[in-house]
Amino acid sequence: MSLEGQLFLALLEGAVSGLVLALMALGLSLVFGVMRIVNVAHGEFYMLGAVLAWYLATTANFLVALVAAPLIVGGVALASDRLVLRPIKYAPEATIVATIGLLYIFQQLVLSIYGPYARSIAPPVYFRVDLPWFGYSGYKIIVAGLAALLLAATWLLVTRTRLGLYMRATQQDREIAQAFGVPVERIYAAAFALGAVLAALAGVLVLPIQQAHYLMGLDPLLLSFMVVIIGGLGSLKGTLAAAILIGLVDGLVSVFFTPTLARIVASILVAMVLVLRTEGLYGEGAG
Amino acid sequence: MPAGKLTRRAALKAAGALAGAGVASRLLGPLSLDPALRSSVYAGAPSGAPLKIGFQVHRTGIGAAYGKWYDRTAVAAVKLINARGGIGGRRVEIVAEDDGTDPKRGVEVVEKLAQQHKVDFIFGTLFSHVVIASAPRAGELKIPYLVVSEGYHVASGKMNRYTFQPGITDVRAQVTALAPFVLKNLGKKVTMVFPDYAFGHDHRDFFSAAVAKQGGKIHALVPIPPTEASFTKYFPKIPADTEVLYHVMVGPGVLTFVKELGEHFGQKKPKLFGFIDSLEAVDFASPGLEYLEGSYIWEAFPRYAGQYNTQWEKPYRDAVGVDANGASKSDAKDVSTYSHMFGVWETLFVIKEAVEKSGYKTTKDYKGFIETLEKTGTFREGLEHPQGTKRFVGRLHQAFGQQFVSQVAGKKLKVVHRTKIEDGMYAPEADYTKQPL
Amino acid sequence: MSGAAGATPRAGRVFGLHLAVIALLLGLQFLLPPFHHGMVARIMILATYAIGYNLLLGYTGLMSLGHAMFFSAGMYATGLAVYYRGVGTVEGLVLGLAAAILLAVIIGLITLRTTGVAFLIVTMMFAQVFFLTTLYFNAITGGDQGLVLSGRVPPLRFGNWEVALTHPAVKYNLALAVLTVCLLLTLWVTRSPAGRVLIAIRENADRTRMLGYNVFNYKLLALVLSGAVSGLAGSVWTLLFSYVGSSYAGILYSIYPLLWTLLGGAGTVLGPLVGTGLMTYIVDLTSGLTDSYLLVVGAALILCIMWLPTGVMGGVRRRWWSWLP
Repeated sequence: MSLEGQLFLALLEGAVSGLVLALMALGLSLVFGVMRIVNVAHGEFYMLGAVLAWYLATTANFLVALVAAPLIVGGVALASDRLVLRPIKYAPEATIVATIGLLYIFQQLVLSIYGPYARSIAPPVYFRVDLPWFGYSGYKIIVAGLAALLLAATWLLVTRTRLGLYMRATQQDREIAQAFGVPVERIYAAAFALGAVLAALAGVLVLPIQQAHYLMGLDPLLLSFMVVIIGGLGSLKGTLAAAILIGLVDGLVSVFFTPTLARIVASILVAMVLVLRTEGLYGEGAG
Repeated sequence: MPAGKLTRRAALKAAGALAGAGVASRLLGPLSLDPALRSSVYAGAPSGAPLKIGFQVHRTGIGAAYGKWYDRTAVAAVKLINARGGIGGRRVEIVAEDDGTDPKRGVEVVEKLAQQHKVDFIFGTLFSHVVIASAPRAGELKIPYLVVSEGYHVASGKMNRYTFQPGITDVRAQVTALAPFVLKNLGKKVTMVFPDYAFGHDHRDFFSAAVAKQGGKIHALVPIPPTEASFTKYFPKIPADTEVLYHVMVGPGVLTFVKELGEHFGQKKPKLFGFIDSLEAVDFASPGLEYLEGSYIWEAFPRYAGQYNTQWEKPYRDAVGVDANGASKSDAKDVSTYSHMFGVWETLFVIKEAVEKSGYKTTKDYKGFIETLEKTGTFREGLEHPQGTKRFVGRLHQAFGQQFVSQVAGKKLKVVHRTKIEDGMYAPEADYTKQPL
Repeated sequence: MSGAAGATPRAGRVFGLHLAVIALLLGLQFLLPPFHHGMVARIMILATYAIGYNLLLGYTGLMSLGHAMFFSAGMYATGLAVYYRGVGTVEGLVLGLAAAILLAVIIGLITLRTTGVAFLIVTMMFAQVFFLTTLYFNAITGGDQGLVLSGRVPPLRFGNWEVALTHPAVKYNLALAVLTVCLLLTLWVTRSPAGRVLIAIRENADRTRMLGYNVFNYKLLALVLSGAVSGLAGSVWTLLFSYVGSSYAGILYSIYPLLWTLLGGAGTVLGPLVGTGLMTYIVDLTSGLTDSYLLVVGAALILCIMWLPTGVMGGVRRRWWSWLP
C-alpha cells in the first residue's frame, strides 16, 4: 500500500481506537477522579458489559443489550460499593486488594457460567466503506461517533448537572464538600456506578467489533489507566486528548517499524509524555 | 436408558452422561465440594490398586477453552478404559490439578501431583510456555511427563528423557507436510501473518524452511505482537501482490482478526490458508467469519463428521460427547477443540499400552516403561488412536501422523487433502535414548 | 533522631521475633513433606521479591506497577549467562544483581521525577517495554517459551564441596539464606538514619525536602535497593527452577508483589512474607477443593482486607504489637 494510504489508515484507526479507548477510560476517569481509588476491577465491568450483551443480543436484540447490559453492570457496581468498598472506607491500598478480589470473583463467575470461549455478534448496523486503498468497517465509524457523543454527554453531566457539581466538589476536597452538605457517600456510589455503566457501554459497543472473553478486561484496564493519568487526573478533556494521542501514536509508529518494535517505541514515547509532564496533559497539579 | 441388557451403546451413552454430569458438577463449582463426587466421575469397575494418572490441566487462564475439552476427553477415555478392565487389570484414577496456564503454577502442579498425590504418570499440558517451564521439574522428580501440546519443544531435544509427546503431532511436522499443498494449489507468493512469539516463530521458521526446500521463498512476514486487540494497522504490511495469506493467529482476538481482514480486503482478497488453532472452540457460523468461506484450514482431526470416515469415528464422538458438527451433544453452541483433544485420548491409551507391555507395577519400574515406549514404532489406527496411525520416533519422543487440509464450505469444513505420515517427517536433531535416566 | 529511639528492650523484641521466624523456617524443612518443602522454598524466593517491592512501597511510599522488570532483569542476566556462557552460581548471582541495579538506576533517573499515580503508570509502561524487548530478542531469550537451563546450572562449590542446586535441601536453604539477608536488610532500613529519611519522604516528601534532604537521591537509593532485592529474587529463581521466560516480565508479575505486600501489610518487615505465603496457600488449598476456586480466593481476599485493612501484619501491629517494625 502506498505511503499516503498507510498514513490515512493509521490516522483513521488511531482516531477510532482512540475514541473507543476514551470511552473505556471515561468511566475510570470518573471513579479515579472523584473517589481517588484504583479500581482494579474496572476492566471486569467492561468485560461483564460485553458478556451480558452477548447473552442479551443473542436472545433478544442489540438494542436491548445496549440498554440492559450497562444497567445490570451498574447494579453490580452499586452492590460492590455497598458490600465491599464502603466497609473498607475507600482506603486506597485496601481498595486495591479488595478490587483484585472482585476481579477474581467476576472472572470466575463468567468462566463458570459463560465459559472460557470467545464469542461475538454481528454488528447491528453494517456497511463497508470502500476507500481507494482499503475497506473499512462502517460500524466502527458509528462506534467512534457514539463514543464522541457519550463523551459529550458525560461532560454535560459533569459540568451542567447538580450530580456533576457534587462530583466535582467531592473531587476537589472531600471534607469541605461534606461540610457544605454534599452527600459524599452517595456521590461515591453514584460515581462508581456511573463509571461501571460507562465501561459496560464500551464493552457492549465493542462486542460486534471484537469478542466477549472472560479475560478481556485486563488490557483495557491498563490502557484506561494510562489514558486517565496521561490525560491528567480530573480532566475529561485530558482523557479524550490522551486517548486520541495514544491511538494515533500507536497507529503511526506501526507504519514505520515492525510491529513489536512499534509497540516498544510507542510505549516509550507515551511514557516520556508523562515523565516530562507529570500532571498529565490537562492535569491540575501533581496527581 | 432401556431396562435389561447393557449394550455397548448404552454404556457409552452412560459414559457420556456421566461425563456431562461431571461437567455440570464442575460448573456448579462451590456447590460440589464433595471430593467423592469429583473422583467418582473418573472411577470405573474396581479391580486392584488403582493406577493414578496426574492430569495437569488448563482449567483457568488463556488455555481454559482447551482445558475444558481436554478434561472431558480424559474422563471419557478413562471411562472406556475402566469399562474394559482398566490398565493391566487395575482401575485408572485421574487426579487433576489446574495450572492456570501459568508456568510458575505449572511447576507447582507437577510437584503436587508427583509428591503429594503420588501419581504414577503426569500428562495433559498444552501451552508451550507451561510445558517448557514444567518439564524440567518432571525430569528432576524423575516422573514420566506426557504432554499434549503440538509444540516442537519435545522433539527439539531441549526437554528431558522423561518428557514425551506420543499422542499429537508437532508444529514442525505439520507445517512441513503442508508446504507442498500450499505451494501447488494456492500460490507461490506466500505472506505469513503470525503471532510474534514462539508458536508463531515455529510456523515462520519451519514453513520458510519447507518452502525453501521446494525452491520457493516467503514473500513477506508480518509478525503481530501479543495481546493486540486490533489488527487493521498491520494489514498494510501485506504486499498487494500476495497470492496466499498464511495466517495462524491464536487467542480470543481471532474473531476480530478475521472480521478486520474481511473489512480491509473486501472482495479482492488473497487465498487464505489458516490453522484450526485459530478457531478451536469457535463456531464457523459465528458472525464475522463469513469471510473465511472458501478458504483453507489445516485440521489435525476433521471437526465435522463424515470428513474422515472410519469405523471409529462414531464411537469416539459418542464417547467424548461430540455431535456431527464437533460441538457438545448437550449444547450445540459449545464447540469442541476437536483437533487437539484427541491427543489426550490417544495419550491415555499410549500409557495403557506401555504399562501393559513393560509390566509396569510401581514407580520403580519407570525405566522399563520409558524404554518400552521408546521402542514402540507404531500406534495403529483404531478406537485407541482414532486420528490415524502414528509413527513414534523413539529417539525424539515424538509421534508423527497424518494431517488434513479442509476448505470452508457452507460454514462447515470439508476435507480436500490428506497428507501421509512421511510428508511431515524431518531429520531428527536429538536423541533422548542416549540420556541417562 | 537516632539514639534514644533505638532503646534496647524494643530492639531485643524486634530481633527476637525476626530471628524466631528465620529459625522456624530453618527447622520447618525437617518437618515438611516433600511437596510443601518445595512450596515453602518457592514462597521464600517470591517473598524476597515482595520484600524488594515493600522497600519502595511500604517504606518510601512509592507504588510501582513495573517491578517485574527488576525481577526479570535478575532472572535474564543470570539465566542467559548460565545458558550461553556456563557461568557458575556465584557469578550468575552477581551478574543478576548487577543487571537489576543498573536497570534500577536508569529507570530511577528517568522516572523519579514523577510520583503518585504518574509513577505508577510510568513504571508500568517501562516494564511493558522490557517485556516486549524480551520478546523482540526472541532468538536470544527464547521469548515467551523461554529457555530451559536444566543440566547447565553448575553446582554450588564451597572449596572442595560440590552441591547440586536441584537438591531440595539446597533449594530450600539457599532460598532461606536469601530471604534472611533481605529481611535483615529491611530491618536495617527501618532502623538506619537513611531508612528514617525514606519513611519521612513517605509521610511528607515536601516537608522532608524543606528540611534539607535531597529527596531525589534518597528515592533513587530506595529504588536501587528495591530493584536489587527484586533482581536477586529473580536471579535465585532461575538458578533453582532452571527456567527463564517472558511470562515473568509480564504485568501479572508486577501485580503479584503489590498484592502480596498489601495483603501481608505494607510497611512491615514480615508483611511481604506473610502475604506471599498466604496467597500461595489460599490458591493451592482452594484449587484442591473446587474447580471454581478463584471465587473463593477473591472472597478470601475481600474478607481478609475488610478485617485487616492495613494487611495482616499491619493489623497485628495496630492491635497487639505496636513495636513491630
